[in-house]
Amino acid sequence: MEFVEDRDPFPDLRVKIGTLELQNPVLTASGTFGYAREFANLVNLYRLGGVVVKGISLFPRPGNPPPRIIETSCGMLNAIGLENVGVDRFITEKMPYLLGIDTPVIVNILGDSIEEYKHLTEKLTVVPGVSAIEVNISCPNVKKGGVAFGSDPDMAAAVTSVVKENTHLPVIVKLSPNVTDISQIAWAVQQAGADAVSLINTLVGMAVDLKTKRPRLANIIGGLSGPAIKPVALRMVYQVARSVSIPVIGIGGIETAEDALEFMLAGATAVQIGTANFINPRASEEVVEGITDYVIREKLHSVREMIGALDTE
Amino acid sequence: MSQYQENATIIRFEQLTDTNIRLTLQTEEIAAAAKPGQFVMIRTGKSKDPLLRRPFSIHQTSSSGRIQILFKVTGRGTALLAHCKEGETLSVFGPLGHGFHIDPAKAACLIGGGMGVAPMLFLAKRICQMKKDTDTDLIILGGRNRSEIEPLLADFHFLDIGVMVATDDGSYGRHGLVTDVMKTISLPDNCTVYTCGPHLMMKEVFRQCRKKKIECQVSVESVMACGMGACLGCNMVAKNSRYVHVCSDGPVFNAEDLEWNL
Repeated sequence: MEFVEDRDPFPDLRVKIGTLELQNPVLTASGTFGYAREFANLVNLYRLGGVVVKGISLFPRPGNPPPRIIETSCGMLNAIGLENVGVDRFITEKMPYLLGIDTPVIVNILGDSIEEYKHLTEKLTVVPGVSAIEVNISCPNVKKGGVAFGSDPDMAAAVTSVVKENTHLPVIVKLSPNVTDISQIAWAVQQAGADAVSLINTLVGMAVDLKTKRPRLANIIGGLSGPAIKPVALRMVYQVARSVSIPVIGIGGIETAEDALEFMLAGATAVQIGTANFINPRASEEVVEGITDYVIREKLHSVREMIGALDTE
Repeated sequence: MSQYQENATIIRFEQLTDTNIRLTLQTEEIAAAAKPGQFVMIRTGKSKDPLLRRPFSIHQTSSSGRIQILFKVTGRGTALLAHCKEGETLSVFGPLGHGFHIDPAKAACLIGGGMGVAPMLFLAKRICQMKKDTDTDLIILGGRNRSEIEPLLADFHFLDIGVMVATDDGSYGRHGLVTDVMKTISLPDNCTVYTCGPHLMMKEVFRQCRKKKIECQVSVESVMACGMGACLGCNMVAKNSRYVHVCSDGPVFNAEDLEWNL
């Protein structure tokens, strides 16, 4: 019998988000990867840990008027206004393709009211190919004077509960950084049943044109993303990971495997690649490759050894 | 439609005027796949600042795997590109977007103003390849002055299509705007006008086309982050107050489909 060296050339990169098993910890962030098909001829989608698709609402939304984006130092501001095709068209037009990509599909949902989140969950939970639901709670609650769900622990918990009650799928709650104490919100959604939290969503910001004396975004304010926000995101991931027991998914300015691994040290179980997809459409797959190399080079038994391994002594 | 991300060597750097630059880049796959009216996204440096790529329409391609872009220094990104050197490499992503639709059975009138001249050369070359007879075709190019427009003309004069030139200051060709020249000529009924340039120029070109019931294709520009339909940042207002996205629905549109507030 031929001698076969007993070593797996594929290192163990698996991580778990609730009941969802990912082959590696690299996901794409909602709103930066379209409905995955846009990237199909640039990225081997099956090599990603999963894709989080563009946020879906109960009804189609046209989004904000232009200009919607503006570059800032090491980052960008966006005020897309949650433009999307609505859940019904998402299911009929986008899901058939996503069903065939052989990587978990996480659907990001958003709403103006608790009822909208409930209806969205009911519709998506029965759709084949949906692996998990990520709940965007950064939207204003129209019935509560437009205060963002994500800025109030009780409202954040209420949205989480209604989504959990209506699905068997893992529920990830995406947290807004535009709050006084993000750990408090994270704790509230954990108590309401969230299987994981992802953070951070964009930081609210603004840019002004001195020449025209006008705001640079039609919406006046927008969300800041990109490398500029990475230190803030790392800090928040670190704080949240220390205050909850559910998995934390790190987001914010991640461009490389090194960035991703830093988030894991700070306590993230997985990461999402966002703005980097715009600059390098292959960024997500390159992060997977980089993490693979790191785990081999450092002779780790699994990438899970990195989670929360930050040495603060 | 395939897109490629290439590390392109700068083959030639030409400072045409104080602010206008023409770059020749070795991009095998992009050059082979590109169609007139499509664009590329270029990283202006290796650092995180400026963060985003910049969109440039393709000026021309060559069978030796090269593309040319033409740009004016208007901001930080283009200022950085203005300092690159021959032999260096740039990350180029493309070809992107939907280009011009060419009907070889119809006469063509190409109208480019300022940096809007850029896509017109690629288009004119393709038209010459596709049509046996270009006698009824015409190119109208405009610029601020002689120094802006003159260096671009040699490539057009190689082609078998008549070229008319207008300059704002009268230092070359006719004194005035391309739209003034357009008024003086009679376009055949069975004609398509292709245009690229400042918004007000394209608006006037379309106004004249509409009056004469002539098809008009416009190539528009927008700030973009991704250039491939993912960020949804490059929307503009189309007919019936709908939004279209310049990168994925355009950058070439049938002018009828956009909102011009005429």
